[in-house]
Amino acid sequence: MLQVSIYRYNPETDQQPYMEDFEFDTQGRDLMVLDVLEQLKARDSSVTYRRSCREGVCGSDGVNINGKNGLACITPLSATVRKNKLVIRPLPGLPVVRDLVVDMSMFYAQYEKIQPFLQNNTPAPAIERLQTPEDRAKLDGLYECILCACCSSSCPSFWWNPDRFVGPAGLLQAYRFLADSRDTATDERLSRLDDPFSVFRCHGIQNCVNVCPKGLNPTRAIGHIRTMLLTRAT
Amino acid sequence: MTALRTISFDGVIVGGGGAGMRAALQLAQSGYKTAVISKVFPTRSHTVSAQGGITCAIASDDPNDDWRWHMYDTVKGSDYIGDQDAIEYMCSVGPEAVFELEHMGLPFSRTEEGRIYQRPFGGQSKDYGKGGQAARTCAAADRTGHALLHTLYQGNIKNETVFLNEWYATDIVKNQDGSVVGVMAICIETGETVYVKAKATVFATGGAGRIYASTTNAHINTGDGIGMSLRAGFPVQDIEMWQFHPTGIYGAGTLVTEGCRGEGGYLINKDGERFMERYAPNAKDLAGRDVVARSMILEIIEGRGCGPDGDHVMLKLDHLGEEVLESRLPGICELSRTFAHVDPVKEPIPVVPTCHYMMGGIPTNVNGQAITVDAAGNDHIIPGLYACGEVACVSVHGANRLGGNSLLDLVVFGRASGLFIEKALREGIDMRDASESDIEQGMSRLNKLEAATGTDKIPDLRKELQNIMQNYFGVFRKGEFMQEGVSKLAELRGRIEGAALPDKSMTFNTARIEALELHNLLEVAEATAITAEARTESRGAHARDDFQERDDENWLCHSMYYPEDKRVGKRGVNFKPRTVPTFEPMARTY
Amino acid sequence: MDMVTAVTSLGRNGLADWLIQRVTGVILLAYFLFIAWAIAGGVDYPSWKALFEQTWVKVFSLMALLSLAAHAWIGLWAVLTDYLTERLMGSTGNFLRITSQLVIALGIFIYVVLGVQILWGY
Repeated sequence: MLQVSIYRYNPETDQQPYMEDFEFDTQGRDLMVLDVLEQLKARDSSVTYRRSCREGVCGSDGVNINGKNGLACITPLSATVRKNKLVIRPLPGLPVVRDLVVDMSMFYAQYEKIQPFLQNNTPAPAIERLQTPEDRAKLDGLYECILCACCSSSCPSFWWNPDRFVGPAGLLQAYRFLADSRDTATDERLSRLDDPFSVFRCHGIQNCVNVCPKGLNPTRAIGHIRTMLLTRAT
Repeated sequence: MTALRTISFDGVIVGGGGAGMRAALQLAQSGYKTAVISKVFPTRSHTVSAQGGITCAIASDDPNDDWRWHMYDTVKGSDYIGDQDAIEYMCSVGPEAVFELEHMGLPFSRTEEGRIYQRPFGGQSKDYGKGGQAARTCAAADRTGHALLHTLYQGNIKNETVFLNEWYATDIVKNQDGSVVGVMAICIETGETVYVKAKATVFATGGAGRIYASTTNAHINTGDGIGMSLRAGFPVQDIEMWQFHPTGIYGAGTLVTEGCRGEGGYLINKDGERFMERYAPNAKDLAGRDVVARSMILEIIEGRGCGPDGDHVMLKLDHLGEEVLESRLPGICELSRTFAHVDPVKEPIPVVPTCHYMMGGIPTNVNGQAITVDAAGNDHIIPGLYACGEVACVSVHGANRLGGNSLLDLVVFGRASGLFIEKALREGIDMRDASESDIEQGMSRLNKLEAATGTDKIPDLRKELQNIMQNYFGVFRKGEFMQEGVSKLAELRGRIEGAALPDKSMTFNTARIEALELHNLLEVAEATAITAEARTESRGAHARDDFQERDDENWLCHSMYYPEDKRVGKRGVNFKPRTVPTFEPMARTY
Repeated sequence: MDMVTAVTSLGRNGLADWLIQRVTGVILLAYFLFIAWAIAGGVDYPSWKALFEQTWVKVFSLMALLSLAAHAWIGLWAVLTDYLTERLMGSTGNFLRITSQLVIALGIFIYVVLGVQILWGY
């Protein structure tokens, strides 16, 4: 029997959050963590979490699994369960709405802050804007972000300054547009990042890289932004 | 109960997927007060899972490509019950809509010339079927849906669309004239129910693949728009037409894009035989999805399936080489390793036909205006209600959708709806306000759910429904089985409608949402079942053992399902494109 | 968009602070290596005094001194703006942070004055 422990908090009835323990029979199968949650919810309908695509592309079910942030739907028990124990908590550093559901508004606000849309001040051609495969390749490893917040909510700098530090997810997208050969707003984008908090609260501890379920590397992108800022200023 | 809050917009779009966000973008750009109600944060919508691409004659792969060839393929793919005026509109406007996406920043893969990369997909031809396989599907690696959805969300951020994220629309509000004047919606986080009033209500709620036990669809694809529309008394069209995608990962149901076969992958049976050569000598693995799915099931039924139970076939990709797989199909490699425990670079992927797409839906014209049909068989526009994307049936997919046409459908008709509503708002929309009792009517289901006392559990009922649909209304269908299925669903209705909510809390109560979603699943399932039983022929995705031939004499038409009396009627298919000659029905071979 | 005001950050923008932090870090590292090397050879009072009578050593020491001051200011400022903030503890956070900054500023000032006096005062 797998020992599952889930963080529970319903603000309507609970004074304090608590951990609730469940016994779970995997019947020898290597389920995904989301499958476990689904079956527990069938048992107790009040167990609350987000989910949508169940295949790791929508980014709904980022949770903290045995101490490490990840997507429940693509984390197999075999990859996380040690000593027969599965502990599921909400993503750290964000306010808990209920059980495993966190309030992500600060995370989204940081994403919006970097103006995550292509800006090009030249008239659009009748067909697509041309881009070489080499220029397009610069976007690989950047555009694939699913905004699950696993990275930002594992980042101490984001825990302390979620209102001022853009965080790894937002910065990855900031660089996605800085790196796009079709974007002409590079200078304005850099100007908006050149304060002591937005980029420079990153101290390079790479928690983000360690947890990203899509295998992306925000720390490297942040390094590129710093280099661009430095090149521009010198 | 405290007084109900009303919030008002010019246009309200229900659904934050590709179609909804494209419509919202159009409206927001025009300066009208626009809101999107989405039950998940928009980038978590199911469009994000689309992989292979968006099919469109942008003439990148072949400079001589022609949207008329694309139109021909789509009409043929639809098994001739796609409306030709709508298909004409989609295929001809398509390039403009795709270039707009590129200008918005969609990171398409590129050719050496710097143009958008296009790959071959099933059912694509050059020169009206005479010029061989075309490569017409514009791709961003195998993450086109993700790239498209994020780009559209970004466009909406830029244009300051109002998002009511994690709000759930429950029912249509009609005024005394029967016009649609908004929806009731629950703010999931607080549990508050609000009347969202609008001059134009656009349903872009996506599909309902969750009526089946095995589906590529996300958990959220519960047919909310169809459910709301049917409860409001509006009909649905061609709802028996469900696409089974040939390549869902065996056991998990997750999608493996048709682009795999477009890039040169193929299906094999347990003998290692490339069996599609027998069923579709020309197009082989790139025949229409309905054709490939049926061929796979026949292989399995005839004992040539793979695995200890002989219940699936294999998709072979390893011969393409690691470089092609990692650059063109990186997402597939990832999914396959995660869900099939198979590395496609080395071994074939076990696959099985899996419910994928709802061709039917709310009947609309090319402007997205929802349509109902009167007793004399004349079309009438439902004032105030619009639909686009998978929930709508324009119809461009008819009895079978071609791969890559869903993304085109949703951007073209999301955009068209937005453009039309913008014009209508400028000319002035005048509808009577909803009365207290109209709003009360919109609340009735919610009130009933709170008072229900039945003992069945929602997840059990949902599983029961999904199994009925899987067993009685799958790839192959048979009259007597379907009748049995219909009566099982009728029995299930009582239990679903009576099921009590064990947890009535207000804060982020997903159990309540799941209960409401189950009502919608039931509406879609029942409409599907009754209509499937009524269509006594085989056409496109609808394959019957007891009526194996296409019957153009009686069924070269749309089916219409009327919810009040659960009656199935017929509606004519449009054979009058504006700028090209009609494509006459022919035998459909690949 | 709220432009972050940071009057108490040293360079007033992120890049300057970041660059100062790196450059001063390198200077400090070089200085400590130099001192380690000097000590490793064994020291007595005359040799130590002789070492510090050379101008370049005085300049180098002063550079290290100023570097340490800047480095400490930026580093401690970052720490304080992480942990002692209005977001976390309301106006108490502001009070504690500003008080701490004053104490740190005073400490660094004394340290620099004392250092200069030691280097050039004898």
